Amino acid sequence: MKPRRAIAPSALVWLLLGAVYFFVPLIATFLFSLKSNQTGKCCTVANYSWVVHNGAFWHTLKISFLLALETIAISLALFVPTIYWVHLKVPRLRPVIAFLALIPFVIPPIVMVVGLLKFFKGTPSWFYAQPWGFLAGAYVILAFPYMFFSLDAGFRSIDVHTLTEASQSLGARWGTTLIKVILPNIRAAALAGAFLTLAIVMGEFTIANLSAFHTFPIFIQYVNESQGFPAASLTLLSFAITWAAMASLLVVGRKRGQRAAIVAGAR
Amino acid sequence: MAFLELQDLHRDFGTNKALDGIEISLGEGEFLSLLGPSGCGKTTALRLVAGFDRPDQGRIVVDGKDVTRVAPNKRDMGMVFQAYSLFPNMTARQNVEFGLKIRGKDKADRRKRVDDLLELVGLGHAGDRYPHQLSGGMQQRVALARALAIEPRVLLLDEPLSALDAKVRVQLREEIRRIQLELGITTLYVTHDQEEALSVSDHVAVMYRGRIEQMCAPAEMYTSPATPFVAEFIGTMNRLEATVVDPSAGTLDMDGKTLTVEAARGKPRGARVLVLIRPETVEVSAANGAGPNTLTGDVLTHTFLGPVTRLRIASGAASLIADMPTARAAALPPGSKVDAALPATEARLLDLSDGPLPEIAEEPAPVGR
Repeated sequence: MKPRRAIAPSALVWLLLGAVYFFVPLIATFLFSLKSNQTGKCCTVANYSWVVHNGAFWHTLKISFLLALETIAISLALFVPTIYWVHLKVPRLRPVIAFLALIPFVIPPIVMVVGLLKFFKGTPSWFYAQPWGFLAGAYVILAFPYMFFSLDAGFRSIDVHTLTEASQSLGARWGTTLIKVILPNIRAAALAGAFLTLAIVMGEFTIANLSAFHTFPIFIQYVNESQGFPAASLTLLSFAITWAAMASLLVVGRKRGQRAAIVAGAR
Repeated sequence: MAFLELQDLHRDFGTNKALDGIEISLGEGEFLSLLGPSGCGKTTALRLVAGFDRPDQGRIVVDGKDVTRVAPNKRDMGMVFQAYSLFPNMTARQNVEFGLKIRGKDKADRRKRVDDLLELVGLGHAGDRYPHQLSGGMQQRVALARALAIEPRVLLLDEPLSALDAKVRVQLREEIRRIQLELGITTLYVTHDQEEALSVSDHVAVMYRGRIEQMCAPAEMYTSPATPFVAEFIGTMNRLEATVVDPSAGTLDMDGKTLTVEAARGKPRGARVLVLIRPETVEVSAANGAGPNTLTGDVLTHTFLGPVTRLRIASGAASLIADMPTARAAALPPGSKVDAALPATEARLLDLSDGPLPEIAEEPAPVGR
């Protein structure tokens, strides 16, 4: 067994500073959320009760969560085969796609949403007027860099050519090779991309607001403007829900890909 | 009748001619090694047979059927790769089973076949291990079992031992040959290691610059190289330039020295030739006044090779190497004056009228896969 290395004192200081930076606002928000909305005095869980008994909370949360799942599904279905193909057949295109993936970073969401609204104006209402259509499309673009760079790292960590050729020589078609051989070996990367996408969609405000869809961040903003103390409890709850969603994705991914995860860990 | 035929195969990568019209004909159950330096086209040829690449010209025929345009997953070729190619998410057993599942074999058949194959490669105990839990040699054994599981028409091996250490390499190459003979499977083996190729094959094809220089049995390749390149590439060879003086007696002139070589009989008088002599056929003894076919010179170096020691000898402008039993070599240390008797019957001749000898150098591998 390897001897355990002691943590340097300077590293401990930095860790402590990091912890303070992250936890102090959370603790402050928590204390604030315990104050009564009527009297402003501590301590009551009424704000939490108000949130969980609010129909709009559950409704918008459901929309955002389903939107996140839809975005993850579309992104994976779109980018996994594409990046696989690029790595296998046209590796010289990789830098081009990496550059394209950076565009959603450099174009402000406000510019993007105005452009998208203009571009898709006149499309059928099932797409343009529904979050599952227009908004999911916009979120796929927004998640592109996160998904691309996660998957790209995954593909670079395996020998795509040899695995593909080995699979083909054994009689597998492209689809079988992708699903049975490639995908299980990039599962960790796909999960990382899915986490990031989930986090982005659950917190995205600008595009949803400008395209007039009522998602979870819009609800948070509405409560924030109208009721101070419940807004704090809502913030903490949304934080907890996002983390719970990520943890459940991790559990699902682990269960299905336990062996792949073991192998990935060993590499 | 030929089971595997490669007919006039050409493949270019840009301006680089990876294959320049190769012709191979291999009988059923035979073992052919494609041997050559890096970039000679041997892996390109194998990839064309596997279907991972398409030739620019020519045909690949298996058992009388043209498979040149057939997709790799429909060719029934088992392949073992140079790089470790086991699927990391599957156990050894699942790897071997993969091709059988694709073919829709039922579970009981699959289980029996996988058990048999893992036993065949000596890994009956390691079926539940993942690739990262297996050594390099074990991984290549599993890869071999996986390739054999589908009962391929041709087994293709692309330098499968090159990543292994020397001892495992020798052990595994013998096992590959044993299994190949046991199953009687037609095998195409790519290697740059001549010892590997010569020791396990029925036939060896030496490739150079996209062409086959010579294809024959290993012993013939060693004793009768057909081209200057093969002479240079296979084994170690003394190369002495000489001129034919008397074609009827087989006499040559080498910088004023007279040599008699059987192979020189009937060569045109005045022809420039290259005398090829294996080091183990040179008889070295302490200098005792030069006899016929003997060069006198000084021992420059000793190289210990186990049972034999290699002596480098300078004789005038010529440089000779000779192998002799280590026990006897001790009596002729560097600096000694020695006589090196050249064999009249075992020396080979190559005509130099075609131009200078090729230099064997590592060439860049062709662009593309």
